[in-house]
Amino acid sequence: MTNLTHLTIRAALDGLEKKDFTATELVDAHIAAAEAARGLNCFITETFDAAREQAKAADERYAKGEALPLDGIPVAMKDLFCTEGVQTTAASKILEGFKPPYESTVSGQMKRDGAITLGKANLDEFAMGSSNGTSAFGGVVNPWKRKGDNRDLVPGGSSGGSAAAVAARIAMGATGTDTGGSIRQPAAFCGITGIKPTYGRCSRFGVIAFASSLDQPGPFGRTAEDCALLLKSMAGYDAKDSTSVNAPVPDYAASIGQSVKGLKVGVPKEYRVEGTNEEIIALWDKGVEMLKDAGAEIVDVSLPHTKYALQTYYVIAPAECSSNLARYDGVRFGLRVEGDNLIDTYENTRAQGFGAEVRRRILIGTYVLSAGYYDAYYNQARRVRKLIWQDFIDAYKQCDVLLTPTAPTPAFAIGENLQDPVTMYLNDIFTIPASMAGMPGMSLPVGLSADGLPLGLQLIGQPFAEETLFKAASALEKAANFTDLPQTLMGKAA
Amino acid sequence: MTALLKGETGDWEMVIGLEVHAQVLTKSKLFSGASAEFGGAPNTHVSPVDAGMPGMLPVINKECVKKAVMTGLGLNAKINNVSVFERKNYFYPDLPQGYQISQYQHPIVGEGSIEIDLPDGSVKVVGIERLHLEQDAGKSLHDQHPQKSYVDLNRSGNPLMEIVSKPDMRSPEEAGAYVTKLRAIVRYLGTCDGNMDEGSMRCDVNVSVRKPGAELGTRCEIKNVNSVRFVQQAIEFEARRQIEIIEGGGVIKQETRLFDTSNGTTRSMRSKEDAHDYRYFPDPDLLPLTVEDGFIEDIRKTMPELPDAKKQRFMDEYGLSHQDASVLIGERERGDFFEKVAKGHDAKLASNWVLSELLGALHKAEKDLKDSPVTAEQLGELIGLIEDDTISGRIAKEVFAEMFGTGKNAGDIVEARGLKQVTDTGEIEKIVDAVLAENPDKIEQYKGGKDKLFGFFVGQVMKKSGGKANPGMVNDLLKKKLEA
Repeated sequence: MTNLTHLTIRAALDGLEKKDFTATELVDAHIAAAEAARGLNCFITETFDAAREQAKAADERYAKGEALPLDGIPVAMKDLFCTEGVQTTAASKILEGFKPPYESTVSGQMKRDGAITLGKANLDEFAMGSSNGTSAFGGVVNPWKRKGDNRDLVPGGSSGGSAAAVAARIAMGATGTDTGGSIRQPAAFCGITGIKPTYGRCSRFGVIAFASSLDQPGPFGRTAEDCALLLKSMAGYDAKDSTSVNAPVPDYAASIGQSVKGLKVGVPKEYRVEGTNEEIIALWDKGVEMLKDAGAEIVDVSLPHTKYALQTYYVIAPAECSSNLARYDGVRFGLRVEGDNLIDTYENTRAQGFGAEVRRRILIGTYVLSAGYYDAYYNQARRVRKLIWQDFIDAYKQCDVLLTPTAPTPAFAIGENLQDPVTMYLNDIFTIPASMAGMPGMSLPVGLSADGLPLGLQLIGQPFAEETLFKAASALEKAANFTDLPQTLMGKAA
Repeated sequence: MTALLKGETGDWEMVIGLEVHAQVLTKSKLFSGASAEFGGAPNTHVSPVDAGMPGMLPVINKECVKKAVMTGLGLNAKINNVSVFERKNYFYPDLPQGYQISQYQHPIVGEGSIEIDLPDGSVKVVGIERLHLEQDAGKSLHDQHPQKSYVDLNRSGNPLMEIVSKPDMRSPEEAGAYVTKLRAIVRYLGTCDGNMDEGSMRCDVNVSVRKPGAELGTRCEIKNVNSVRFVQQAIEFEARRQIEIIEGGGVIKQETRLFDTSNGTTRSMRSKEDAHDYRYFPDPDLLPLTVEDGFIEDIRKTMPELPDAKKQRFMDEYGLSHQDASVLIGERERGDFFEKVAKGHDAKLASNWVLSELLGALHKAEKDLKDSPVTAEQLGELIGLIEDDTISGRIAKEVFAEMFGTGKNAGDIVEARGLKQVTDTGEIEKIVDAVLAENPDKIEQYKGGKDKLFGFFVGQVMKKSGGKANPGMVNDLLKKKLEA
């Protein structure tokens, strides 16, 4: 029989439809893979029993010819999506044991479409981090390793558990959320594909908030087409999220394989920043050539305010997080560490409940919003944010999509960047501008570094033009023909 | 009507501004579908949004926007097409999100003004600074357990309109009249029930004092005063306290104070230095609130007649005095009741009957107009009986008393008790003759110049007729016979 865990979602749906295998077999194969790869620490909570039950139900629907669009597909759910009755932690001690009495819109829609959640995927605490190192439940290990170097590498973050699970063939797809690169950077580090759609495309209802004006759910898959199938299920207007946009959800998968002839691909000169890995610059040039060969027209563009994006992000995102995380006070749910009085209880609960990175960002955010600093930091950052958005709007007068690197380095070793938060923050330098502007961005694997690690390129599109992204991504995917597997899986593929 | 306070160093002027929190009269909360009704067992009107649960998002209740706009129009105020919800951040157990969603720099309603009616019959214009929408906090209960505090989130997320006046008031009476008028306006509009004892209208009072014509003094804010009487008491006490401090050589510290209803005093709650840094910033979960001109105009078209317009109309249309019209329009139901009574009848008579007889009787019985045992139609019928001389005014009062006690119709009572006025000349003449025959000495005295005895004869005739004789006819007949 086919090695079920190596199929794409598209191939698995075809196989299920043709009764080559059952959903139960498919789910069991992935549960076995997950159990074998527990060392990667992809899941905070496993929901295998529920998954097997759902697989049975899916098989019944297949038998009756009433299959749902994603029926029987095993996925990993980032543990930032609230799931009714299932522990939801945001990888924080402060929420350990919290079982929401409600379901997030995105996870609910995927369930509606038959997708089966294997577990709640590990992440950086409250999605704050780029290495998955800030999780209160331990870091996630990247299934990839450097050639001749046995050190464990980070999967990227914050959606590290999701990305690692898809790369390690534990799940066929996964959900993530992206605030400053939390889908795209781990996708690049783990050699898979991930898309952060336009802000407002997927509902944030039931997604534990980090920075509300930036947070956006999106899928991971091993191909652009798989991402398209998942996004179709995740996206859509939700009256429960005032920032969700009421626009029809197209059939994204229909864009896969369409010609990019005449597509104008912009190459922003500001992304050639110092400190970027030479291999990555070379890969970027190669990606440009691939799209050109496929018929696209290459345009040099400028996004002049790019250099301010990171600083601006580290004002806006902490400001919002300082307020969003105020509700974790030990009063109504989650951890409570009693003190002698109310203030003590607040301080004990929050000091013990939040990890160092979360505390750091709450402090930064509180500072930039406080009287006397508000104009210099928060208001100034909002003004710059508008300029960054304007950069994209201006660039899109000349091109349809932008091509850039996803991250300035490949995956680094666990603990390597922990000493200096700024080095860690720099990891998101290429992904943050699109986040600040609310533009859709996608990362896909295009090649390997000399030491055998996957490298990703990023496509950034116009608002709500995800279809164009999928079209460009599938052309690039075809040209790159990235088939390498993580070393830990070598030889296991069919 | 500037009321100056006398101090040791001369006269002092009070400068007063009010911030009124009025709960929007809606079924559900400002940002969730949970019930906004008063009461209910603790923590039963709470959705995950109101409890600040992880991942929950606010969605604006359109009905609240509509009612805020309507109230703004009722305050003759500018409606802002774009307004912004911001987060006011502070920690407290009855504030589940850790922030209150409010409007700060860009409120939904801008400047306006209302007219207030003062006890001496004069009218004063008080400026409105703004009206904004915000969510209420929950309630902390500190008296349920010796060590613990409890939190009831039923109120958490309820929609409030904060209506801020300009510092235009100069006496406790003016402040009282302002609150009374504001309450009448929101009740007319149906945008707030105005029940101060249930907390659906609460006042923060800003008070400062100065020598007449001098610069504004430092103000103190008295929080959460919940009746018109308390507002006036608090101002009176606070102004005197400030004058005493200044005259004693001290300075006023800007601070927030609490009003103690048990003894009518105010005491310090927190000084300006201790004030929170609320770190306001636009709520990223909510887009700026846009209200189109068309939306505003549609609301304007559905606006009911407001108190001031109604008062003017009552004076113009019914010829009522300013005083009577002012009382009648004080409550929307009262004005409506009067108009029903006055339909087809003499308006002044109707106004007198509503104001002195009905309201008097209701007051004595401690009943509201809506629970009146006498309906407007019934009172109209009674007035009709007076107008067509079926009964006299005096008999009418007797009939009314029975109507109030039993709820019966006036006509039925008159019929059953045979109270119909005697208008038969022959019959009245018989009684007149009888009275005259019984009092020959009084006739002598009358004819000798004691004019006042005329009243005695009238009284005797009326008594003999059981009050039913038509008083006019009695007068005429008596005059004729005595002067013969």
